[in-house]
Order: sequence, then structure tokens, then C-alpha cells
Amino acid sequence: MIIAKRKPVAEIVDMVKDFNRVLVLGCRGCVSVCSAGGEREVEILASLLRLGCQKVGKKLTTITGTLVRQCDKEYIDGLDEWDGQYDAIVSMACGVGVNFIANIRSMARVYPGVNTTCMGGSMEQGKWTEQCAGCGNCVLHLTGGLCPVARCAKSLMNGPCGGSVGGRCEIHADIPCIWQSIHDRLSRLGRKEELSAIAPIRDWSTAGHGGPRTSWRDDLTI
Amino acid sequence: MSFSPDIQAYCCHYTSQQSCSQNGGGLIEDGFPATVTINRLPCSGKLQVSTLLAAFENGADGVYVVGCPKDTCHNLMGSQRAAKKVLAVKRALEELGVEPARIEMFHLARGLHPEFIATAQTMDTTIRNLGPSPFKGESK
Repeated sequence: MIIAKRKPVAEIVDMVKDFNRVLVLGCRGCVSVCSAGGEREVEILASLLRLGCQKVGKKLTTITGTLVRQCDKEYIDGLDEWDGQYDAIVSMACGVGVNFIANIRSMARVYPGVNTTCMGGSMEQGKWTEQCAGCGNCVLHLTGGLCPVARCAKSLMNGPCGGSVGGRCEIHADIPCIWQSIHDRLSRLGRKEELSAIAPIRDWSTAGHGGPRTSWRDDLTI
Repeated sequence: MSFSPDIQAYCCHYTSQQSCSQNGGGLIEDGFPATVTINRLPCSGKLQVSTLLAAFENGADGVYVVGCPKDTCHNLMGSQRAAKKVLAVKRALEELGVEPARIEMFHLARGLHPEFIATAQTMDTTIRNLGPSPFKGESK
């Protein structure tokens, strides 16, 4: 899922300080699962925004709502419910949601309530780690299911590098060297010899360096 | 003009038993500050961050939570969960430039103990020293 974290409250208060009525808009998708932008977090942020404005002697009216998703047009249309009731939207969805509202609502003032962090998962409660970089050219079939693009600090394709010590990454000692993990895992699976194969030069053109990427499914288009 | 704070205490069923004895009358006689309003909960783990924030929105100058001792909570981890929520509000207050000491978590043994009253007195002193809540600014 997409992982996000609420922005510092003061930063959001500064975004909305010139408005009197703000719609704090949550998303029931990924940000709800990672407790950044679901219904509960919407209530908390709305309260914090009111308090932040109260502190500087301003009365802020908040409306709260949560859409099923903010990354599909039909759900953004749910904003109709609050038409005319707000001056600005603070979206607690990932950056996709903020973009979608801006795309579809040409006159809406929309601001991000969270920082979108990464695509990741939760191995323990309250902690999320990046697992996939969305590079568009997956090599997980070669690496035992562990991603060197996302999980190697240098995104090496032929690790481990010389800085791997005791199975830990030299850049972030608190995380495992993913290449060490790849070697260990493929050894356990009896596939270690696969790592000796000469891999072709990797094509990074799908990794987002050439502008926004598009995925077409003509069997789904109408 | 002297400042009489509004302090909201959220206490679990077990740590607030004292408030039930003699219909709470004994508390005042024993020195429980009149500035503190007790809100009883089945368990402090039931508390939501939004409830604590609402207390400040509703005019509280200080807020505190009393739950069971960390390792002997009647509901296992309820008071530990409450402590995390108090910490979240402390951080949020800090982000808003408000003294985090306006909210505290206390872990007390269940039953009738002088510590329950001492805790309220501590909060009363702290909040009197801090003064009125900065959230009470006049609306423009």
C-alpha cells in the first residue's frame, strides 16, 4: 500500500490560515490502513486545525468527510455533497488524491494534509517500511522476491557492495543489507547459482525519469 | 484576577474508585482540587486522541489521564495505549507551540490511595503556573 504520514500541524495551519471553512477529507484506501488519513485521523486533524486557529484568535469551521478512494473520478464526484460549504480542502489521501481533486475540480483549493512516503508494508504494528519503488521493470523473480531497487540504499543490481557488514547496510545500519538477504534466501532455496548469471544492462526508462508514466489497458477502455 | 484553571481528568473505572466513595464528597475534604473534573471511563485504553483534543477545544487549560500501573492494567494494555495517545497529543501541542505539560499521563494503583489526590494537586499546580490555555484566544 501507499504509506503516508501527517504533515506537521503548524504547516497545515499555515496553508489554511486565510480560509474560514475547511473540508478535511480522508480516504478509506491505503492511508486509512496505515493510520495516516482515515476517518479517525480526519477527526484528529480537524480538531488540531481548529485549535491551531483558535490559538491565533481565528475561528475556523471544519467539515469532515472520507471518500472510499480519492484516486478514481467517480469517488471524487462525492465531493458534490459538500459543494458550497467549504473554502478549501485539506486532503489526507496520498499525493494521488490531491492531484485527482486538482485535476477534476478546476476551482477547488486543495492542500495536502500528509506527506506521501513510499509503497510499503507493516511487519510490526506502527512501523512501515518501503518494499517497492514502482520502477516499472520488476526483477523480483531474479532476486528471491526481495527488491534491490527499493531496499538497497544504492539500488544496486549486483550487490552486495563493499560496505555491507555483518548483513547490515552501511548507509542505514538499522536495516538489513538486502543483497545479503537475497544471497542468503536464494542459498536456502537452492538457487544461489542463479546469481552468477550475467544480467543484461538494466533498462531504467520505466522508472519515472522521463516524466509521468501511463499504464494503458485497451481491453478496459470504453 | 486570580486564575482558576479548568482541568479535565480522564480516569479509568479502577483508578477513579475514590471518586465514588461518599459520592465524591470525601475527595474534596481530602484536598482534591475543585478545578479538576473527573471523567470516568471503563478503561483508559478506550480514550481517543480526538477526545483529549476536544477537551482543549472545549476550554480545558489542562488535561490528564489516570490509568492502571503499566504492567498490571485490568485490561492488560489499556493504560499503555492511553499513554501513547497522551504522547500523541503532547507532540501535537508542541507542534502548535503550546506547552506539552498541559497534558499528562499517570499510572496509579487501583483503589483508594492518597496518590490519586496528589496527582490532581500536581496537575492543578502545573496548570496554575502555566496560566490559561493559549487556545482561549479571542476569535477575530
